[in-house]
Amino acid sequence: MAATAAVPGRRRTWPRKDLVVIGLVVAGVAVALPFVLPGYQALEMSYGLIFAIAILGLNILTGYTGQITLGHGAFIAIGAYASAIAQTKLGINYLVSIPIAAAVCGAVGFGVGIPALRLEGIYLALATFALAVAAPSILKKPEAITGGVKGIILPPVTSSTDLLSDDQFLYMICLAITVFLFVLSWNILSGRTGRAFRAIRDGDLAAVSFGINLASYKTLAFALSAALAGVAGALYGIATGFVSADAYPFQLSIALLVGAVLGGLGTLEGAVIGGFFVVFLPIIAQQALGAIDKQVANAAPTVTQGVLLLLVMLVARQGVAGLVRMGYHRLRLRLGGRGSMAGVAARETEQAGPL
Amino acid sequence: MTFFLQQVVSGLAAGGAYASLALALVLIYSAMGLVNFAQGEFAMFATFIAWGLMVNLHVPYALAFILAVAFAMAGAAAIERVIIRPFERGPQLSIVIVTLALLSIVNGMAGFIWGYVPRPFPTPFPQSPVVIAGVYVSIQDLGVIGVSIVVLGLIYVLFNRTKLGLAMRTASLYPDSARLLGVSVGGMLAIGWGLASGVGAVSGILLAPGLLLEPNMMQQVIIYAFAAAVLGGIESPVGAVVGGLLLGVLLALVGAYIPALQDLRLAVALLLIVVMLVVRPSGLFGQAHTRRV
Repeated sequence: MAATAAVPGRRRTWPRKDLVVIGLVVAGVAVALPFVLPGYQALEMSYGLIFAIAILGLNILTGYTGQITLGHGAFIAIGAYASAIAQTKLGINYLVSIPIAAAVCGAVGFGVGIPALRLEGIYLALATFALAVAAPSILKKPEAITGGVKGIILPPVTSSTDLLSDDQFLYMICLAITVFLFVLSWNILSGRTGRAFRAIRDGDLAAVSFGINLASYKTLAFALSAALAGVAGALYGIATGFVSADAYPFQLSIALLVGAVLGGLGTLEGAVIGGFFVVFLPIIAQQALGAIDKQVANAAPTVTQGVLLLLVMLVARQGVAGLVRMGYHRLRLRLGGRGSMAGVAARETEQAGPL
Repeated sequence: MTFFLQQVVSGLAAGGAYASLALALVLIYSAMGLVNFAQGEFAMFATFIAWGLMVNLHVPYALAFILAVAFAMAGAAAIERVIIRPFERGPQLSIVIVTLALLSIVNGMAGFIWGYVPRPFPTPFPQSPVVIAGVYVSIQDLGVIGVSIVVLGLIYVLFNRTKLGLAMRTASLYPDSARLLGVSVGGMLAIGWGLASGVGAVSGILLAPGLLLEPNMMQQVIIYAFAAAVLGGIESPVGAVVGGLLLGVLLALVGAYIPALQDLRLAVALLLIVVMLVVRPSGLFGQAHTRRV
């Protein structure tokens, strides 16, 4: 009896069959997209994936570990510069520059995480907000390295196969990296580390009394989160072919948080949804309201972003991902699936997010 | 020495405006334990109202000033009642997100109505400087310092010498007891938001001639206000005022004597925020808190 008792430790949980099917469909659509859409939209899709990676990073810190950050734009900027400097000054291949950017940002994030250990809740929000506002002026200062106001121009990415156009090629690179990072994060977050993160979020005192080392897990979350932002920054620089501090204003940090909340804070699929929100919300808002006049079109993205954020906070704090999950579980119940009401309830409490 | 004193005076003038906005943040923080990230945008919007009254309707400066501050107070009190109320007891992250949403909305609304082209903002003070003890001092700076002192004094009197101030302090310190004594805690919070926004509006109107009026005008100032509030202690109104003045002088001196840091004044403020929060989170004038386990 004692010998067969479950070993307390890591339990491998494979995804359910229906989720595998959904995953395959999404993967198929993701691969097919750049061939169906016109060229420039493939580029927009690449940006969507890039911001999904950035929001995944923000989610690990804010959504899973409960540390409010309003400064992720700064990490994206650092990642973009690290990659651009590695390419132009050291002659490193652009693909190799991506892990370099991740490492640099991870180190910076670890460094920022140490003083952040002493800051709780609102104070951390304040300090990271200040970081986001100050970052562009700091990055512009060492002109010899960062190119000052002029920034750094990067060579465009060219496709290395005749089968894909340049934009499609870039999209495939982004897609491959995104899939890799999401699988990696899913592994980290569904295991021991992820449980420690959520425990810290839901009550740090309780987490400590369960033997979780608060300092190491919080700095780990900072480092991971910043490293992901670094990858996003490197890809963003590569995709735009231009890195300049003014491309990363503090509004970018806010937009990322908005994307994370609209998509669904503390969920992986929410990060993907959020990434596409960040790219397409301004475009759609400008098209919809731009008909009125130019001044309105300029302000449209900011207002829409604020109004949507407020609406989500008022009526659907789990974001789009939460709504989709709820709808899906209801549908399964209605169709007489295996899920029981108790299962749905349990899943919903388990997923009680950070908000 | 003369140059030094001139820098100090212009630093005090900027510091007076930072102090007002910092005081706005502190008023809300000490009442509700939250930081209103939209405080600077409220101030900017009120400044646009003052501008519209003066330029479009030819209202005299003093009246436009008072009307804009009154508008800011009423608007913020209404926002507290309608939008903030449902989140009062929620997690801090929710409230941070809601004030960021307000930041976006107010900033965008100003863009909708007035556009993003910077505009000059009138000032009632003459441009010519006066000489005091051999130091050239701009009357604009003196005026800003004077207005700041009057506003901060009014807030002090309100909180320490009036029944309304007493009720507001009770509502924030002992909400349950306050309710038993017939104080409307919710009403006091709304009044607190109104007062904060009014003080913030003063800051915006005082800074606008130097900054030029546009929707993003307050985005750096709010960082200075954060720094001032953290420096003085985010729960201490006196601290906010002293912190604002100190920061104003510090930034003026840094700009004048260390040219390399001229463009890095935001970074100086950031460093100040981080160092203060890590070394002495209660600030110069605050009291350290112990957490009940």
